[in-house]
Amino acid sequence: MLIINCPYCGPRPELEFSYAGQAHVARPADPSATGDDEWTAYLYLRTNTRGVHAERWRHARGCARFFNALRDTTTDRFRRDLSER
Amino acid sequence: MADATIRRIVGLPTAAWLESPLPATRFILRGAPGARAAAGEGFGLSLPETACRAATDGNRAALWLGPDEQLLLAPDGEVEPIAASLARALQGHAYSLVDVSHRQVGIGIHGPRAEWLLESQCPLPLNLRDFPVGMCTRTVFGKAEIVVWRPAEQVFRLEVWRSFATYVAELLREVDRESIA
Repeated sequence: MLIINCPYCGPRPELEFSYAGQAHVARPADPSATGDDEWTAYLYLRTNTRGVHAERWRHARGCARFFNALRDTTTDRFRRDLSER
Repeated sequence: MADATIRRIVGLPTAAWLESPLPATRFILRGAPGARAAAGEGFGLSLPETACRAATDGNRAALWLGPDEQLLLAPDGEVEPIAASLARALQGHAYSLVDVSHRQVGIGIHGPRAEWLLESQCPLPLNLRDFPVGMCTRTVFGKAEIVVWRPAEQVFRLEVWRSFATYVAELLREVDRESIA
């Protein structure tokens, strides 16, 4: 089982977490003024990184907080030192 | 009712005791540090600010569940006085206080085998080094979400949502039965 470092609770088993997708995807500030292409990109287009990926996790069955983490998608290793609130 | 099927105190063959349901007054408090400090004064004990730790005073306890979320426990039947004193203490703060007394069922596990029984279905290490006395956290037990708290070395207190209570209690009993087979 993966051990994921929650920035609030410390290292915890993967079972307690839920994945919440790529990090730093900002919602357009004014959706009604946003064109179809930009909105489509916001909704659906993700990077599919091979290597270190910035992503969001939620410690759903723990403190219930979202946080950002860096994970290498080829090895599944987390950069434990870089989990941020 | 889920807890009607759980017998009150059940002696398990392997020297662990299961005690359920544990009626209690339960609140979930959410708020910023200022609100938590004020709530501590209203509740009568200072709420734990350290992650995964519980604070107790007499028969009241506050369990850290998240950075802005606390589970307040008190004896059964004290909902009104506690809600009133917290509302007074929290005047002027932004907060959320929800009475969850009947949402959850308390299960107590006592004895030298308590740690072992829980570890059978819980992914966290529950030995004294990793889960010392006074630690509490939300986690999973089998397929159910639970809050587990260790008020003493050989005592664990679970808080389980009522629809999962029978599942958790029966699973504990099943593990216990299998372990002596």
